[in-house]
Amino acid sequence: MNQITPIFKREFLGYFRTPVAYVFLVAFLTLSVSLAFSRYGGFFKAGSAEMDSYFTFFPWLFLFIVPAVGMRLWSEEKRSGTAELLFTLPITILDAVLGKFLAGWAFLALAVLLSFPMALTVAYLGKPDWGVIATNYVGAILMAGGYLGVCALTSALTKNQVVSFVLSLVACAALLFLGYSSFTEVLEGVLPIAVADALANFSFITHFEPFTQGIIDPKDVVFFLSLIGFTLFLNVVALER
Amino acid sequence: MIEVNGLVKNYGAKCAVAGVSFRVNRGDILGFLGPNGAGKSTTMKMIAGYLRPDEGTASVGGIDVTADPVAVKRQLGYLPENAPAYPEMTVEEFLGFIAEVRGYRSTAAKRSQVDFALARTQLDAVRKQTIETLSKGYKQRVGFAQALLHDPVALVLDEPTDGLDPNQKNEVRALIKSMAVEKAVILSTHILEEVDAICTRVIIIAQGRLIVDETPAQLRARAPGMRLDEIFRDLTRSKV
Repeated sequence: MNQITPIFKREFLGYFRTPVAYVFLVAFLTLSVSLAFSRYGGFFKAGSAEMDSYFTFFPWLFLFIVPAVGMRLWSEEKRSGTAELLFTLPITILDAVLGKFLAGWAFLALAVLLSFPMALTVAYLGKPDWGVIATNYVGAILMAGGYLGVCALTSALTKNQVVSFVLSLVACAALLFLGYSSFTEVLEGVLPIAVADALANFSFITHFEPFTQGIIDPKDVVFFLSLIGFTLFLNVVALER
Repeated sequence: MIEVNGLVKNYGAKCAVAGVSFRVNRGDILGFLGPNGAGKSTTMKMIAGYLRPDEGTASVGGIDVTADPVAVKRQLGYLPENAPAYPEMTVEEFLGFIAEVRGYRSTAAKRSQVDFALARTQLDAVRKQTIETLSKGYKQRVGFAQALLHDPVALVLDEPTDGLDPNQKNEVRALIKSMAVEKAVILSTHILEEVDAICTRVIIIAQGRLIVDETPAQLRARAPGMRLDEIFRDLTRSKV
């Protein structure tokens, strides 16, 4: 298990050895903040000291931005042949999977946390509820883990990064739309309500919303953690030869 | 030191390796010959624990690679074909990563292992360069440095001199020779002069089967006066 550390370190620093990290961080922060200030976000118009208008776009933003981080995790190793190097070093597949996933997750968490000037802005303009802001951050980071688990898995299935990106986009979109209100209404029209409800339960939105309202419900935490656990398990299976 | 027993590997319906057995002792440099696609790389990948054999066993230092792959990987230095490495890392960072995975965690231990590998492969001049900026010969040497960083008892080298110029080939051969004294070495190649230059034993496989296992002198004696590549051609053609 202590073999995770070097893998994690190499992968995490790897983002910063290439322009990937900087391009990603700038793009993510610009997009997320400008969405909040846009008329769809209505950050100023709302006139209240909270970050709802910032975090509400996260499930949608993550849909594009997490596959961009996750697509290279395994595809790149497979394409360049370094997978062969990695798996002939004295580590288990689980070590490698965990090390790489945790590095990607830490990087995403860093991206999310770098939005703290938004929180400072809110604090300057009013008296925000810091508890709600904290649960927003916890929820966003957990959700990023869920998305990344899916992306790591699809990345392990192919050596082509574009295929990996598209696959993870589709998989994440499915998990997202299951909870999107207009889509669930359609589902409820076609399927029995109980089935439609059960399906909606697999959505990122369904489980992220409580966090934005300041609620940390164990069932939402369990959802994200078990999604991560399940996708990482499949990830190990996909890499075994 | 390295023992291979009846290894079989199939890719779908295609049989890549069909029951190969041999052993390599300490001090041996085993030349692994065969036409492209004969199963050389597949056999080496199975010894290194990258591929799981469908049948048969491979063991290094008495440890079966399917039973305890991590223990085997700890003892073995493996150079994959084309010496893959992380292009965005500098030589020093890359070897530092390998050292950490190999268990040299303290700064001092890591440094001494990296310096050892750099000195052995004469890479000191480019230690601060990123790997993507290196020439093919240097990249190959980085692969080498990575394989011998932990001073392993056994080395498996997949085409170590592929793509090098004649001078670099000579350097690499000298390096292998100097290391082989206390190690067991397997190297695959399709350059026959290499076998003459450094190997103490030769194995030829074709279509996944072992057809020759002897010393270079014995191989020569099969057809006195003929060049090695002619002997090789006769052997691999007739069995096909």
